[in-house]
Amino acid sequence: MPAHSASVLPPAPAAPRAGAVSLGLSFDQVEKRFGPLSVLRNVTFQVAAGEFAILLGANGSGKTTLLRLAALLAQPTRGTVRWEGIPAGLGPQGNDCAGYLGHLSQLYDELTALENLQFFARLYRLPFSAEELRTRLASAGLDSWGGTLVRAFSRGMRQRLALVRVFLHSPSLLLLDEPSAGLDTPGIDWLAGILTGLRDSACTVLMSTHGDSPLTAFASRVMWLAGGKLAGDAQADIPSALRQADIAIRQDRGGVR
Amino acid sequence: MSTKSPAAVAWTLPPAALAIFLRELRAEFRTRELLNTTVVFVLIIVVMFSFSLNPSAQQAREFGPGLLWLAFLFAGSLMLQPAFTRELASDTISSLRMAPIDPSAILFGKVAANFFFLTFAEWLMLPVFGVLFNVPVWPVVGPLAMVLGLGTLGVCVAGTAFSAMTAQARLRELLLPLLLLPFLAPVLVAAVDATSGLFAEVPELRFTPLKILAAFDVIFLTAAWLLFENLIEE
Repeated sequence: MPAHSASVLPPAPAAPRAGAVSLGLSFDQVEKRFGPLSVLRNVTFQVAAGEFAILLGANGSGKTTLLRLAALLAQPTRGTVRWEGIPAGLGPQGNDCAGYLGHLSQLYDELTALENLQFFARLYRLPFSAEELRTRLASAGLDSWGGTLVRAFSRGMRQRLALVRVFLHSPSLLLLDEPSAGLDTPGIDWLAGILTGLRDSACTVLMSTHGDSPLTAFASRVMWLAGGKLAGDAQADIPSALRQADIAIRQDRGGVR
Repeated sequence: MSTKSPAAVAWTLPPAALAIFLRELRAEFRTRELLNTTVVFVLIIVVMFSFSLNPSAQQAREFGPGLLWLAFLFAGSLMLQPAFTRELASDTISSLRMAPIDPSAILFGKVAANFFFLTFAEWLMLPVFGVLFNVPVWPVVGPLAMVLGLGTLGVCVAGTAFSAMTAQARLRELLLPLLLLPFLAPVLVAAVDATSGLFAEVPELRFTPLKILAAFDVIFLTAAWLLFENLIEE
């Protein structure tokens, strides 16, 4: 699928707000252990503001752990993780510049789709009217589901709503953990439309995915994990880097097969 | 880890806490999971105590306040358990932590909601307790509201903080009451003392236990506020 193929669904506005800064991300000799299990070892890299980096790796290679560390939701056992370019007065645990979507939807099952968006808009102090939020829902193909409890949603619908939520505040640093999981073809097209907008804007993206995902077409940089380490990092000749990553991932004995 | 300016914190905390409080209320009144189980649990305890002891009027005045507060404490530990485990089910705790709010807004929003739910259950149970134990609740309803408010706040602040601390533990269902109930012993003693004064033949408002309850509330709230960000870190 070409990255800019005609989308069945209209893309949601997702570019960073005017005047918003673009954040960078740096890992410096980061190690993460869970008890005796070492998940990440000596991981060092920098993602510059505006880069679109994808993260590849076998199951269990540490992609999710790395993204949670990048979101500052977990503490590294050793080393430092930093967001670069935070404006004065805003801290890493309290600014509106970053967005993170993990494996779970981060939505409240007992609220409707619209109530979920209203709640998060309120936390982010976004003056969206119910009509504007319905427009966002419509962009994800959920226009007739705004009043339905999220607990009744399918996996793919939850993922669409989760993506609408994470793009709600137009973050300038986006951390996405396999964002196409559960999406059908129109859903992936819709996501591709948004990612096109992000790639063309100043938004910094770090996204984990799989090598054969159509979303790799957006990458300006490919990084891959193997054996708990950053095994490769390429910023040019992306198709060749994807092939190298594929070989490394197949040979990785640290991941789960 | 937050490095936000105090002014920014002051601005974001009340509206964010209010948003979280209203979300908790909306979710609970939609499912009624906590309210139903808490009310039924307190009702069962009060009725079983009444049937097993069959107290005289004098005995009811002596033991009633203790039984009442034990029932509220057990119900509180049952009700506070899901305060944070529910946030883990869909990882909504991550979206709250990523939001541009002071982390203590999560604590205050949840404490306010838990206080509302437990108070609601307590006031539903008071008439039942009055009838079963033949204790005149209505004449002392004003001072009793003060004692219940201060005691319930202590239970909810400590219980919410411990719920956050134990949410990711494997034995969290056991761990919360094991940690919480001994910790709340001073609240139990002071609340029972104050309630005993109100249920005495000549009701009196004892200020010493009220001061102890107020002091505990202030200490719990301050400690939870200062430590909360560490409690929810992975």
